[in-house]
Amino acid sequence: MDSSALFSIQLSLMVAVVSTFFIIVIGIPLAYLLARKNFLGKEVLDILLTLPLVLPPTVTGYYLIVAFGRNGFIGRYLYEWMDWTVMFTWYAAVLASFVVALPLMIKTGRAALEAVDGNLINAAYTLGHSNWETALRVTLPLAKRGLLAGVVLSFARALGEFGATLMLAGNIPGKTATMPLVIYSLAASGDWSEATLMVVLLTLMAGIFLYLANRYSKTIF
Amino acid sequence: MGLVVSVKKAVKGFTLDVSWQIGNELAVLFGFSGSGKSLTLQLIAGLLKPDSGVISASGKTYFDSSLHINAPPQQRSLGYVFQDLALFPHMTVKQNILFGAKGVPKCETTERYREMIDAFYLNDLEKKRPSEISGGQKQRVAFARALLRRPDVLLLDEPFSALDTPLRIEMRTFLKALRSTFQVPVVLVTHDASEAATLADSIIVYSEGSVIQSGTTADVFGSPKDERVERLLMGMSL
Repeated sequence: MDSSALFSIQLSLMVAVVSTFFIIVIGIPLAYLLARKNFLGKEVLDILLTLPLVLPPTVTGYYLIVAFGRNGFIGRYLYEWMDWTVMFTWYAAVLASFVVALPLMIKTGRAALEAVDGNLINAAYTLGHSNWETALRVTLPLAKRGLLAGVVLSFARALGEFGATLMLAGNIPGKTATMPLVIYSLAASGDWSEATLMVVLLTLMAGIFLYLANRYSKTIF
Repeated sequence: MGLVVSVKKAVKGFTLDVSWQIGNELAVLFGFSGSGKSLTLQLIAGLLKPDSGVISASGKTYFDSSLHINAPPQQRSLGYVFQDLALFPHMTVKQNILFGAKGVPKCETTERYREMIDAFYLNDLEKKRPSEISGGQKQRVAFARALLRRPDVLLLDEPFSALDTPLRIEMRTFLKALRSTFQVPVVLVTHDASEAATLADSIIVYSEGSVIQSGTTADVFGSPKDERVERLLMGMSL
């Protein structure tokens, strides 16, 4: 296995971990808002956040270029102020994985949070607990199984992200080429033995991760 | 001590328009399902907002539409026992009860908690989860949790409806004893005439969102105002 293949394993794990971190920090509060609050445009927001789940990743990647590319409506300002673009960096791979995997957290999390008995939340209010305390001590703990499932699915999706990453981060060996991209390159160039090794490795990683997640969720809940 | 309720609330084709007050007593809101009894409790607790009117307890105004006062549930000193008890399944009995200690000075929490454990015979159950205890024990945990803060009023939304008859009778006796120990005004919602007769100091009879008669238990049972009240008291359908 050459150095760029080894690097891709490290990069894939890093991208999945970092994007999952942001998915937890941003996705759970968003799922909570969608599940338990009423506001104008709520369903539109849900649709926008869920779209990457049903759109081809290349389309999501295209939108991300429109937004974050050097001439994109956000990327333009980043380039102006910081002389920096996210395009073709590993941050782009994180951004692509984040956007593509976020809907899994939102959908699973929203369903779990909506399933929490409203009477339990009312009981917490009548016992003097604020919205924050109630969310942290009642609503979120009661939805933890569903939330954990959302985190696991998001991580697994982030680990396997291909299309949007290719569009946004490119396929630069040793820089932005994650495992799925390396597998694609190896297969395209006919290096089947190396491709098979990477495929088995990625499958094993995902399988071990799912096994640990299942086992861990059984012991703590 | 006491509770004043004078509210109007329209919900999905149903209009609640009631006005009553109680002192330090056990008042029963009595009527068939759908007559607005539970809705009244939710309005008192601040879980829903009345369209207009006034709610005050022990001299504190919780809601007054003319003065634009609407205290959130957290600021109302009320103990609420829900129909399904609403015990937190992820917490132990001890954690459930102590969840009701919000606002209780830290130095008093342990003492009050022990007081509740003793008063409600929960000594051996503190580490158990709600799923591991019986129906009657769950009831007692719900009462202990609601009373730990020493609320101005205790609101009970058909808390005994899911129990079988012997346990229901036991809980009625228990509630009477509890009244004499804690001296807290109680509003009990029920559609069970015998429950109303055995427990109530006063009865407020609801029908289709209005109060059709109110008075002491003897008054209401002794001289029902009209045929509707009579039928209700006899447990017959209207």
